[in-house]
Amino acid sequence: MHSNKYILVYSTIMVVLVAVSLTFVAVGLKPMQDDNIRIEKMQNILSSVRIIVPPKEAIATYQKYITEVMVINKDGKKVDGVDGFTVDMAVELKKPAGEQNLPVFIATLDDGKKYSIVPVRGKGLWGPIWGYVSFTDDFNTIYGVTYDHKGETPGLGAEINTDWFENPFQGKQVFDEQGGFTSVRVEKGGAKPGDIHAVDAISGGTITSKGLEEMLKNCLANYEVYLKNKGTI
Amino acid sequence: MSNTIKEREPLFSAKNIKLLKNPINLDNPISVQVLGICSALAVTVQLKPAIVMALSVTIVTAFSNLIISSVRNTIPSRIRIIVQLVVVATLVIIVDQVLKAYMYDVSKKLSVFVGLIITNCILMGRLEAFAMAQKPWPSFLDGIGNGLGYGVILITVGFLRELFGSGKLYGYSVIPEAAFKAGYVNNGMMILPPMALILIGVIIWLQRSKNRELIDKS
Repeated sequence: MHSNKYILVYSTIMVVLVAVSLTFVAVGLKPMQDDNIRIEKMQNILSSVRIIVPPKEAIATYQKYITEVMVINKDGKKVDGVDGFTVDMAVELKKPAGEQNLPVFIATLDDGKKYSIVPVRGKGLWGPIWGYVSFTDDFNTIYGVTYDHKGETPGLGAEINTDWFENPFQGKQVFDEQGGFTSVRVEKGGAKPGDIHAVDAISGGTITSKGLEEMLKNCLANYEVYLKNKGTI
Repeated sequence: MSNTIKEREPLFSAKNIKLLKNPINLDNPISVQVLGICSALAVTVQLKPAIVMALSVTIVTAFSNLIISSVRNTIPSRIRIIVQLVVVATLVIIVDQVLKAYMYDVSKKLSVFVGLIITNCILMGRLEAFAMAQKPWPSFLDGIGNGLGYGVILITVGFLRELFGSGKLYGYSVIPEAAFKAGYVNNGMMILPPMALILIGVIIWLQRSKNRELIDKS
């Protein structure tokens, strides 16, 4: 039987040893982990303009196609001195409407046209959902989208990051004929054929679908002025 | 005399080989001891995460067994479970951090299940039942053996689920396009967790019909 003193000293030494070794590992690997997160972000941005690249080629492809990154505010005015790539939407969306930094990524693809990519972020059923939406040079038609989620239900809400859900967004428009902002609806029971403002929701994933619709409405509304001005700042 | 012989026991004596081989078949942690089922269901949709998970568990069981066994005589028995947990948790966090740095895509697929290795019954079972009473080297082998036994089942299930569920192996398509044109379809059921349970059930059945001594007499 060991004494209490022995147990205390033993556990103290153990905790210190463990803490030191974990700190070394965590600090040593941090740069590589950060790189991975940056590369994943680049992959996501590229996939919203329908470019799918493996991690190794992400940086080169990103530098080739993403020709400009800027930050604007809700009035469509440019905000200087902020790096658009490092803007964290989770932080920005908590700020009051006028003070949010809104990143815009401009992609110049092989066809020579410029596409505007904007980040979106919202709430699913279990946690955050986010993604990128790209617009063609008419600043109304969606060229492509990419979504991801923290922990939506596999097979149901988690389907938002699959092609069958994302592809129907291509060609949808966020302004109606009168120029009013409509966003894109995610319709339970299926969008009517030919409806250019709606896509099918996910059966069994109603709350995630609704959350995604809210996310698009809230986040794209922030870019309404930018899109209406056709990208002129 | 007998003592000197014991100390000179070769590294891979028959007894030690048995420690390594038994958990793979006759004393398999999943199919015989029925431990660690939870992660076996969750990470076996594809082969690659299954292999990485198997390796992670093998590394953690081997080294936690080794560490605990080396310090077993100093561990105060009143806090032995805490000491075991701290050692396991440390190793798991290191594995998790390394995966995040070097195999980011796999680490995303495994998500919480790497962290949950900490609570894997196989680990605590081996530490309590084996490492606390045995020398470091046999404990290390026992850890590797149990990790491999877990891994064999995981990889078998992952192989079958990815092959029949997505028509791929290790991410590469293996079922020719012609088969799909001729009317072959992937089995969507394979991707869902219940199929992993059924497959493990089938493995247990096959194993017991081959090794009659495993069948419960009761």
